[in-house]
Amino acid sequence: MIEVGQISGSLRKRLIITLIGGGAILAVLIYLIVRTYATQIAQQGQDSILGASVTSILDAANLRKGDIEIDFPYASFSMLKTDSDDRIFYAIYQDEKFLSGYERLAKMNPKTGTGSTFGNTIFKGANVRLASASRTLVGEGLRTELSITVAQTRDSLNGTLNRIGQNVALFGAGFFLLVIILAFWATSAAIAPLARLTSSITRRGPHDLSPVISPVPREMAPLVFSLNKLMGRLDQSLTRSEDFIAEAAHRVRTPLATVRSYAEAMLQRVEKEENRRAMRSMIRAVDESSRAAGQLLDHAMITFRVDNLDRRTVNLSELVTDLVIQLTPIAEMRDVQIKLEAGEAIQVSADVILIQNAIRNLIDNALKYAPQESVVDIVVVANPRPEISIKDEGTGFPNEEMHILANRFERGSNSQSITGSGLGLTIAQEVAEAHGGRLSLSNQVKGGACVTFSF
Amino acid sequence: MKFLLVEDNQELARAICYRIESDGHVIDHAPKIRDALVFVEVGEYDLILLDVMLPDGDGRDFLRQHRAKNRATPVIVLTARSQVSDRISLLDLGADDYITKPFDHAELDARCRAVLRRKSGTAQPIKKLGDVAFNPIAGILTVSNIDVTLRNKELRLIETFMNAPGQIFSKQKLFDRLFSYSDDVSENAIEVYVGRLRKHLIGSQLRISTHRGLGYRLDHD
Repeated sequence: MIEVGQISGSLRKRLIITLIGGGAILAVLIYLIVRTYATQIAQQGQDSILGASVTSILDAANLRKGDIEIDFPYASFSMLKTDSDDRIFYAIYQDEKFLSGYERLAKMNPKTGTGSTFGNTIFKGANVRLASASRTLVGEGLRTELSITVAQTRDSLNGTLNRIGQNVALFGAGFFLLVIILAFWATSAAIAPLARLTSSITRRGPHDLSPVISPVPREMAPLVFSLNKLMGRLDQSLTRSEDFIAEAAHRVRTPLATVRSYAEAMLQRVEKEENRRAMRSMIRAVDESSRAAGQLLDHAMITFRVDNLDRRTVNLSELVTDLVIQLTPIAEMRDVQIKLEAGEAIQVSADVILIQNAIRNLIDNALKYAPQESVVDIVVVANPRPEISIKDEGTGFPNEEMHILANRFERGSNSQSITGSGLGLTIAQEVAEAHGGRLSLSNQVKGGACVTFSF
Repeated sequence: MKFLLVEDNQELARAICYRIESDGHVIDHAPKIRDALVFVEVGEYDLILLDVMLPDGDGRDFLRQHRAKNRATPVIVLTARSQVSDRISLLDLGADDYITKPFDHAELDARCRAVLRRKSGTAQPIKKLGDVAFNPIAGILTVSNIDVTLRNKELRLIETFMNAPGQIFSKQKLFDRLFSYSDDVSENAIEVYVGRLRKHLIGSQLRISTHRGLGYRLDHD
């Protein structure tokens, strides 16, 4: 299993939270601003009417024979009429002396001259807005200051403000909802290229190290660039080591082949038994070293592939049949007959190259240890699990060594006269284990070894 | 049989040629792909032995060109690379078989026979001596119109004798022909196979005679 480094949060979550958080702050701000602004405008509306009302009353005031006469214009109160039956209060003062209206209505200290002064207070248990203004009346040696305060409850205004507040809150909530949807959409859109890159790399076979060429967003380009560079380096080093192995094998085996061919040719001309024996040991040594070289290289290749199984669906019967055809000439050399029982197609998911190598090694072993003119039985079965068993009529495995034979370079004590490197069973066992199966060795009752490779 | 060997290593090529000629076959040697293509153009071969790594290219190139021209001559690849992936790709390219260097001549012989047997469309050579006919590829000996399928060792033995009737072969020589050097068998095993051949030849004009101290000889009445 490949470890993923530490996972620190999720890009998607981070993006969504940031976007939604921003949206929420924005929605609250919009709500507050619009509400404040609406309150201000509504207040201005009330204030200007209140102001006009005060002014119209002040305008109606006259100084006659030292007395102040005010004829309330009808409009001065009717203009304050609202749908919610707001109450109106007023108070008139002359030079700080209460003249008329509600005495306890707090008097604002109006600035003399232009304009009205506004304020809030509580009167008769209701929130009221009041406006005050004053005017200096001059006449017949009298100079007096007339102040008027008009107050109005705020029921209608509050109603309006609540309505506006509700609407603004609704608008804010709608905005927030939209932001959430947009946040998810934007996040998916932003993450999508990353997901595409991941799936395009995951879908590759284990030996595909070609660079990623599908277009990616600019922000991801440095990542993909580094990835491609890394894969390029890996590919190069793999190719280099594979080439090296092939070249090394070629360099080692070609001279061995020459030595062997000459030794064989020489042997035909040598008559002295002693020399013949020497020549034969020489040929055997060549065989041994070339076999060891081959299996060492095979083993190196297998160790590499076991970590990256290139699994495909394989027909086991067909694979074994092909191997048997390839190995038949070797069997014929010693007049060994291979009997193969592989009926219907048996599908397994496996790395073909590894399985071929492992089973080839096993059949090869059986052919080597089988006596002249004997039979090697190969049976491929599907149930209870896919399994290949190979039986020969040789001497079998030494009982006390059976459990160590699959170890590296371990050879049976009865194998002295047969060339081998001690890696064949190791390779087969490693391949079996990599595929979740096992290799079991046993001896048949009638004699001879039985090797079973199961999935 | 006529062979073509494509191999750049002179020493190895000479050894292979020597061995194949001593089995009674004809063999031409081409050290490069270029030469091999000329040889194939001019001569008719029964089998091509092809090295994979050659100075002027990869043996696969030759295979590809050879197959592209619809030539059916079987090809056995001699490879020093043993990787399974290589074997698979070679067989896919149309090689009939491959053998890993260094190889046992007995194995090469067995592989050639197997390949030629599979290509049964081509005419199979029949050797006749007296009233006995022998098909070395199918391994069938015909004595007075009765076919006997020979085992590999019997087949190699009769082939050796029929290539040189009247010549005495020592036990050693016959042993070298019959057994691979990894076989741990005594030279006396030859007697068993000579005995079997004699049984097959009963009733024919051929006889295998023993020459004490010298060996065996195939005689023709």
